[in-house]
Amino acid sequence: MGEILLQLNNISVVYSDVIQVLKGVSLSVEKGHIVSLLGSNGAGKTTTLKAISGLLKPENGKVTDGSIIYNGKNIQNQAPEYITRQGIIQVLEGRQPFKYLTIEENLRVGTATRSSQPYKEDLELVYKYFPALIPRKKSLAGYCSGGELQMLVIGRALMAHPQLLMLDEPSLGLAPLVVQEIFRIIKMINEEHGTTIILVEQNANMALQVAHYGYVMENGKIVMEGSADDLAKNPDVKEFYLGMSASGIAKSYKDVKSYRRRKRWL
Amino acid sequence: MDFFLQLLVNGVCVGLLYGISAMGFVMIFKSSSVLNFAHGELLALGAFFFLALISWAKLPILIAFVLTLVGSFILGFLIEKFFLRPLIGEKLIFVIMLTVGLAAMFKGFILLIWGGNLHTYPEFLSESIALKLGSIYIAPVYTATLIISIIFLVLFGLFFKKSAQGIYMRSVADNQKAALSLGVHVRRVFALSWAIAALVASMSGIVLGIINGVNVHDLSSIGLKVFPVVILGGLDSIGGAIVGGIIIGLLETFTGGYLSPSLRDVVPYIVLVLILLVKPYGLFGLVEIERV
Amino acid sequence: MKKFSFHSCGNYREDYAEELKIFETYFGRICLGLFLILFFAVAPFVVSAYMLYILNMIGIAAIAAIGLNILIGYTGQISLGHGAFFGVGAYAAAILATRLGLGFYLAIPAAGIITALVGMIFGIPSGRLKGLYLTIATLAGQFIIEYVLIHWDSLTKGTMGITLPAPKIIQWEIAGDKAFFFLIFISLVLMTWFAVNIMRSKYGRAFIAIRDNDRAAEGMGIPIFRYKLLSFAISSFYAGFAGALWAYYMISITTEPFNLGLSVEFIAMVIIGGLGNIPGAIFGATFITLLNEFLRFFTGLLMNIGFVVSFGLNMAPLREFTFGLVIVLFILLEPRGLAELWRIARSSFRLWPFSY
Repeated sequence: MGEILLQLNNISVVYSDVIQVLKGVSLSVEKGHIVSLLGSNGAGKTTTLKAISGLLKPENGKVTDGSIIYNGKNIQNQAPEYITRQGIIQVLEGRQPFKYLTIEENLRVGTATRSSQPYKEDLELVYKYFPALIPRKKSLAGYCSGGELQMLVIGRALMAHPQLLMLDEPSLGLAPLVVQEIFRIIKMINEEHGTTIILVEQNANMALQVAHYGYVMENGKIVMEGSADDLAKNPDVKEFYLGMSASGIAKSYKDVKSYRRRKRWL
Repeated sequence: MDFFLQLLVNGVCVGLLYGISAMGFVMIFKSSSVLNFAHGELLALGAFFFLALISWAKLPILIAFVLTLVGSFILGFLIEKFFLRPLIGEKLIFVIMLTVGLAAMFKGFILLIWGGNLHTYPEFLSESIALKLGSIYIAPVYTATLIISIIFLVLFGLFFKKSAQGIYMRSVADNQKAALSLGVHVRRVFALSWAIAALVASMSGIVLGIINGVNVHDLSSIGLKVFPVVILGGLDSIGGAIVGGIIIGLLETFTGGYLSPSLRDVVPYIVLVLILLVKPYGLFGLVEIERV
Repeated sequence: MKKFSFHSCGNYREDYAEELKIFETYFGRICLGLFLILFFAVAPFVVSAYMLYILNMIGIAAIAAIGLNILIGYTGQISLGHGAFFGVGAYAAAILATRLGLGFYLAIPAAGIITALVGMIFGIPSGRLKGLYLTIATLAGQFIIEYVLIHWDSLTKGTMGITLPAPKIIQWEIAGDKAFFFLIFISLVLMTWFAVNIMRSKYGRAFIAIRDNDRAAEGMGIPIFRYKLLSFAISSFYAGFAGALWAYYMISITTEPFNLGLSVEFIAMVIIGGLGNIPGAIFGATFITLLNEFLRFFTGLLMNIGFVVSFGLNMAPLREFTFGLVIVLFILLEPRGLAELWRIARSSFRLWPFSY
């Protein structure tokens, strides 16, 4: 096993002092890997990312237990300004562009963690990955399409030179072809820059294709983990996240089923 | 006709000043959604600080001007740090009343030291910068106002469009959560917007002091006049603040010149109510870009 | 049994009727009754004329503050025009009394109703505007009303002011601090009773729903615009009523006191007392009025100290400074106001002397 970049030890997260969302989550992310975090709505995937990036605080959430160790440093409950400067950048769910800034200005905000350094080369790099953005450079982000915005927010995060990039549902609401394009680029970023990536996804199929390793979350706990290939072959994962019946044939609604396979880990 | 043109010129100049002081106000509102009721007192503080520097400390005009700007920059920074920061996320009424309380404190402070009388700056603008366009005469003060306003506008335009800090400030105003996720120092942006607002306010305080004399009551009531200005221009539009300022300035000078001087001070508020009823987000307020 | 205890030790409510009760225990009810009897029987005959004057001012301010609390604390609509509404009430009473010769028992409620109508006019923007925008609209209202009061000479006699006749019940003339004490405090008790009860009615619950989330309130079928207007009307009625009392008490009125500063003072009373708390408004009014008097006294004292006189310093602005400081400190340190401090004090006695 390679060098561990990020290690979550048994963390619990509580919102507003009463609502416990994560109940002892542990996971580790190897340097240079793509790790995907799967699970249904409300499983706690986004909260896990926010616990890492420090964005819980503005939402009145707190890591109450456990530790988050990044590069040998303890970073739980630190301010996001500090964590982002350590090289962890989270791309928020649902594409949050700066609507009244142009595409290029949006990208420049990505340099906030290293504001005094030159940024021209990075712009070129982002445009190389996402050529679709070039013609829209000067237009307001508020008027761009969903696919362009997703490219924009990933590109914006790249401007910060992240060591660890956390993507929250990059495929949300995009056409299948655009999704494929985006996943191809994610893979490319990982391979060319060695950027470690945590990928939160509903689209388990795509996520497991690009990832090295995967975790499955349910009700604020990790219920399953394994290499991406193992997970993709696991009959439970197949049934619940890949939409196939246990035998591997795509599920058809014509097949009358009187029972559902029970989630055995619950 | 000459009277008309003269009023027009004066109105534009006064309006530019309103616009510039409203700009600071808009900046605070845009970045942190705080309505600053102490804006007039910031104006007055700048004007009095400048007065103290040139008439008590006898500093040269230019040095005094720069020192005043630096001082108010620091003051704005400290106000944010000690008074506004603890209230992030609190109810609107608390934030409003906090600035009202600050306004009372500043006003009391100024009255305590300088009293409520009218002070004047020593004459320092030379007659040579007065402009004469045909039959209308633009007094040196107004020429200086025009020049300073244009310089400030250009500087701010460049700052917000080109500099990294300016873009970060706009990003916070736009989407605070996304800005946080990218590592923008949001608290620093809040502090910076207060600092810049205080700087701009004291600049316009000084210029207004040159035009009308330095008096706490007058200057702090101008602080309230930014409300019609910003509502007219749209609370979140910096360019709108300038246009709103000019419109209000013109309205004031024309009602003062043609109708009655006493109506002058209430006209902006009547316009304000009308605007709020017809077009609540102002003439230039951003139309919400909504994507669902 | 529990009803006779000093203070209930937990939540014993079993149905909604109990939830709506004003007094949790008979003890509280008896205490309040005793206090009122003592207050009316003793206070006006014991304290000095100056103290009685201050008490009366507190009573008037409390009525206005309760009204403002209904608007700000319960309905969540911030108004910066309460001082002007207070002035409208004062002028309405003065004009009704001098021009139409109405008795005070008609003029004061009528002034309240006129102010309520004016308040509703300035509440109309609340149909479209929220939060900051509404606040600014009421600010404009303040200035416009001030302007009208000063410049509508034929009606208000402008800066000359109006002198009111003494209020009379048949023969008996109400004059002097003592007589006014009863007029003002009986009004205050009635107005408080009304406010407390309106807050536990359908209307009060609608106000609170609008404050907490107006969209959701609308979704629940509350016509929010009508209720906002109603809240403006009730709150202005209180302001007008208090203003009318004030006009009679002061005998002659001018436009000067009804400025933005007065509006700010009323808001300060509501905040320092405690938002959304009716006894809080009375606490706040007491606090601010006493603070004003104390500062007046204190700066007067300072001005007579030798060195201050010899330097020719004017200490009067110290009042404004301290007033601002008190507001700022309250907001930063105890934003829930005096009512919260009172609650803490009371609940520490709850299990006394066996608190553990």
